[in-house]
Amino acid sequence: MADGNDTTTSRLGLVLFWIYVLLYGGFMGLVLVRPDLLSWRPLGGVNLAIASGMGLIAAAFLLAVLYMVARAGR
Amino acid sequence: MLHDTSPLAVLIFAAFVVGVIGLSFWLGRKKQSAAAYYAAHGEVHWFVNGIAFAGDYLSAASFLGICGMIAFSGYDGFLYSIGFLAGWVVALFVIAEPIKALGRFTFADALDAKFNSRGIKMAVAISTLVVSIFYLIPQMVGAGSLITPLLGLPHAVGVVLVGVAVTLIVVTAGMVSTTWVQFIKGSLLVFFCGILTLLILGRGLTVNAGRPGTENLTPQVKTIRPDGTVLIDGQPQTRDHDLRPVGTILRLPERYAGKTATGPLKPLEYLSALEDSTIVTWSATRHSDEEGTHVTYSPIEKKGADLLKPGGYFKGLSSGTLAGRLDFASLMLALFCGTASLPHILIRYYTVKDAAAARKSTVVGIAAIGVFYVLTLYLGLGAMTSGALDPTDTNMAAPLLAKSFSTTLFAVISAIAFTTVLGTVSGLIMAGSGAVAHDLVENVFAVPMTDHEKVRCGKIAAVALGVIAMALGILFKNFNVSFLVGWAFNIAASANLPALVMLLFWPRTTKQGIIAAVTVGMMASLGWILLSADTFEKVYGLSGNLSPMPFSQPGLVTIPLGFMVLVVVSLLTPRPVAVRT
Repeated sequence: MADGNDTTTSRLGLVLFWIYVLLYGGFMGLVLVRPDLLSWRPLGGVNLAIASGMGLIAAAFLLAVLYMVARAGR
Repeated sequence: MLHDTSPLAVLIFAAFVVGVIGLSFWLGRKKQSAAAYYAAHGEVHWFVNGIAFAGDYLSAASFLGICGMIAFSGYDGFLYSIGFLAGWVVALFVIAEPIKALGRFTFADALDAKFNSRGIKMAVAISTLVVSIFYLIPQMVGAGSLITPLLGLPHAVGVVLVGVAVTLIVVTAGMVSTTWVQFIKGSLLVFFCGILTLLILGRGLTVNAGRPGTENLTPQVKTIRPDGTVLIDGQPQTRDHDLRPVGTILRLPERYAGKTATGPLKPLEYLSALEDSTIVTWSATRHSDEEGTHVTYSPIEKKGADLLKPGGYFKGLSSGTLAGRLDFASLMLALFCGTASLPHILIRYYTVKDAAAARKSTVVGIAAIGVFYVLTLYLGLGAMTSGALDPTDTNMAAPLLAKSFSTTLFAVISAIAFTTVLGTVSGLIMAGSGAVAHDLVENVFAVPMTDHEKVRCGKIAAVALGVIAMALGILFKNFNVSFLVGWAFNIAASANLPALVMLLFWPRTTKQGIIAAVTVGMMASLGWILLSADTFEKVYGLSGNLSPMPFSQPGLVTIPLGFMVLVVVSLLTPRPVAVRT
């Protein structure tokens, strides 16, 4: 099927979507259940709350780029 | 606090408005087709569309609201940012390509592509209008309440100015001019937030920064008397006798022992130094007696490490009650599911050429919005320690932070804050215009129209919506409306997402199922919100304990409800005839 007429969501899109659901859900789970862990400071004195928040933003971008490149290369 | 307004800010904003309206007239100089008005012919370059996504999405709530929330409560504002950005993942990986392939001008086109049902178009057009109007009210009220401290003009002037400017932008060249306004706004917003962040890092952290008086940690009392006059600590409020600006560092980390300033810091160093510092934030308590309403602002000494963890704003997290946690989880679910269900965002997918361009522009959008949210964290923390905050107004955190650097920067940021309203409102008016003219008049009521008449009908709808927006902006002047954006996300996610997702993944979905899911999702989330403790307190002025709802944010219940209704109704109605091409 031509790319421009694709009315379905690709398998790769769904895989990446579920990866992000795990990351986002895992992070929100920590906020809800074990907020004490977020005070741990793994990154040059920056705590896990900030580091994982920035990580989630970066992960969204990286997965998006991966998706764009993979779909363009079909 | 009384604020000095800057003539330069008025000048910059006026230049921007005249510039974009001039551009709109130039773009709209030729006769337009419906495809041009609703979808810019599908010829917008993917990069421009990506930045326009940012200009469409980043509302005044994102810019001023999140900065203020971080400046006053710490980390929790960043949780909003994380949720707002995460929603784009759903948009890109699940929704973007099918919505591009199925639809032409509006979200209803896409949902109805397989069925050609007037019922679906009607239900979706109504949910589009409901979501867009809930989103519109805080934008318009925000325009009015910003214009007084920023540009020195009355509330109604701000509302009318935005309403007229946006209506002109939309009626001149529809989606073409809307796209360019959003592109310019998105670029300016990210660029100047970047400049501010560089200045914040260059300044580093300073003990008792800001104007003289910030080191004074005695409580401050603002009294509003029944006749409307304002007293500060018992004396009439004047420029010389006003609330002191707040938000300072009390002690720097031990590694800076003996110093009162850190000097320039790298991005991670800044966060780490802030975590080890001791900071003074201010909280407000109010009580009323025969003299009037007294608001007492009291300093609280806090460790940086406590300000940079969750629970400062979302009391449900720090209190640890089940209802509080469910409320938070529900909001985060609504933000995740809501973005890809917002009509004014979805219509931007019809302005690009094909699925590849839709993907590329979403990636650009995610990059711009993601960078913006990281910068907002620095802006909020920079404001928290700038010694420039107005304890009465969290929305002023970002402009006042800019003012602590220079009055020119204050003028620029004020003008940009105000223009953020234009970009988002024009997107909302476009979405509403499509729902009324294309979905309702053209498709549901099947009024026969030539292409030219379709454009005229869309423009008439846009003018009507512009007038309604102005009326609502003035009507809701004295309401706390910032939480309406959260409502819009909840309603969009509950009404639109189940129908959209099931249509894509479940062949057994019937048109009755879609109509029921959209209608029930919308009514249930709206009803829940109107009965919630938040609404009881902030809108009706009643005690939140009277609310029958276990928590305030409906998404956790009403999004699954939408899915359930769709499945049950679809199974009870005849299998759809295979019309797939």
